[in-house]
Amino acid sequence: METADPTPRGTVQPGRRWVNLLLGSGVVASIISFIYPALRYIIPPPVAESPSRFVVAAKVGELKNNSGKIFKFGSRPALLVRLVDGSYRAFSAVCTHLNCTVQYRSDLREIWCACHNGLYDLGGRNVSGPPPRPLEIFEVHIQGEDVVVTRTA
Amino acid sequence: MATLYRKTLNWLDERFGAGSVEEFLRHKTVPVSRHIIWYYLGGMTLFLFIIQVLTGILLLLYYRPTPNDAFESVQYIMTQVRFGWLIRSVHSWSANLMIFTAFVHMFSVYFLKAYRKPRELTWISGMLLFFILLGFGFSGYLLPWNTLAFFATKVGTEMAGSIPGIGKWLLVFLRGGEEVTGATLTRFFGFHVAVLPGLATLLLAIHLFLVQRLGMSVPPSVERAIAEGRTAQRSMPFFPSFLLRDMIGWYAALGVLGGLAAIFPWELGAKADAFAAAPAGIRPEWYFLFMFQTLKYLPAKILFLEGELAGLLGFGAVAAVWVLVPFLDRRAGFGRLTRFFTGLGIFALGYIVVVSALALR
Repeated sequence: METADPTPRGTVQPGRRWVNLLLGSGVVASIISFIYPALRYIIPPPVAESPSRFVVAAKVGELKNNSGKIFKFGSRPALLVRLVDGSYRAFSAVCTHLNCTVQYRSDLREIWCACHNGLYDLGGRNVSGPPPRPLEIFEVHIQGEDVVVTRTA
Repeated sequence: MATLYRKTLNWLDERFGAGSVEEFLRHKTVPVSRHIIWYYLGGMTLFLFIIQVLTGILLLLYYRPTPNDAFESVQYIMTQVRFGWLIRSVHSWSANLMIFTAFVHMFSVYFLKAYRKPRELTWISGMLLFFILLGFGFSGYLLPWNTLAFFATKVGTEMAGSIPGIGKWLLVFLRGGEEVTGATLTRFFGFHVAVLPGLATLLLAIHLFLVQRLGMSVPPSVERAIAEGRTAQRSMPFFPSFLLRDMIGWYAALGVLGGLAAIFPWELGAKADAFAAAPAGIRPEWYFLFMFQTLKYLPAKILFLEGELAGLLGFGAVAAVWVLVPFLDRRAGFGRLTRFFTGLGIFALGYIVVVSALALR
C-alpha cells in the first residue's frame, strides 16, 4: 500500500517548522548552558581588598636621608621616601603607565620607573616619560618607633 | 634494505592503499631558482618546534609551576639534574632561534608574494602559527619566575588590559586575578604546555596540508622569466630530494644548538619579588623589543588616547593589514609586484631592526 506524500518536495509543513524551531532553540539553549559555566570558571572569584588602611612601613632611623624603601601595602607595593631634610613621604609604588614597580633615585631625587623610563617628582606628579597620571599619595605619621603609612580617605 | 622497504610498503598498500600516501608525498615539488634558500626556513622552523616539544617534555619531569617552587625547580634542573643545563639551555636557545627562523620565513614569503592566490589560507594559518609562537614565548618567559619575567608579564598583561571594552576582562583572564601572582604562573603554565601546543598542532596540520596540497609557490619574477621564455621551469621533488637537503640543515642546527647551550648556558637571574622595584635595564625578549622601545617613545597622551593604547592600536592595525595582505594585495595574484606592499614590508622590517637596535644601546 502506498501513501501519497501530502506536501511537495522542498516545502515544509507549518507544523514541521514549529518542531524545527523548538528543537533548534532547545539545542542552542542547552549549548549556552554548557558554555556559560566554563566562561564563568575562567574568571577567578574576586579577592577581598585588604581592609588594613594603615601599615608600619619602617622603623624610625631605618632609612637614611635621601633614600627610599618598597613596602607591602595591602596586596600592592608602596614606596616610602625619606627626603634630604629627613621628612617622610609615601606613594603607591605602582607606575601609572604599565603597572611596574617604581623606585627612588637618590641621584635624581625623583621617583623612577625602570621599565619605560617614567619619572615622578617628590609630589608624585608624572614629570617625564610615558606615565599618564600621578602616583597615589599616602599619609605618613610617626608613632613611637614606627613610621606608619595610612591611605588618605 | 630496499626490498624490505618495498615489502613493507606493499603490505601496507594492500591494507589501506599506502601507495596513494606515497603518491601524495611525491606530488610536491620545490621550484629551483636563485630564491631556493628561503624554502628551507619553514622546515627549519618546524624542526626547531619539534626540538621544543621534546625538550619541553623533558623539562616537565622536574619543573614545578608554583611561585614557591618554580624558580627553585629551574635552579635544580640547571645545577643538580644531569644534563639539565643542556636541556633547559637548548629549550631556550631553540625557542629564540625558532622565532627568528619564523620571522625570516614570514618575511621571505611576504617579499616573494607567496601568499597570492590560491595560497591565502596558507598565509593566514602561518600568521596564526606565528602569533601562537609569540604566545609560547610570552608564557614560557614567566615560567622560571624570575624578576625580569615578572615585570615583563606585568607590562605585557597590562597592555592587554588597556584594550577598550574587553581589556579588563582579558587582564583578569590572563593574570587569574587583578595582579600578577601565583595564579598567573599556574595559568601561563597551562597555556604553555596544554592550550598553545594543542592549537599549534591543529594549525600546523592545516598549514602543512595546504602546503602539500597547493605545492610550493614560484616567485613572480621567476614566473615572469618562465613566461617570457628567458628561463626553463626547474624543480626538484620534495620527497626525498629536498627533504634530504632539509635534514642536512637540521643536523647542522642541532650542532649549533648544542654549541650555543654549552658556550652560553641560559641565565636564570634572580627570583621574582612582588615587593621589589623593577630593576634598572629591564627589557623583554628581543622579539618584543621594538614594541617595548616604541612604548618608551610614546608620550602620555596622543590626541585623546593614552599613549600605550595609541601604540597598541597602531600595532594592531599594522598586524591586521599584515594578516589580510593576500586579500589587499590583489594585483600580486596576477604576478605584478605591487610596490606599496613591498614598501610596507621593507618599512616594517626596517622599523623592527632599527628600533630593536635602539633598545639595545
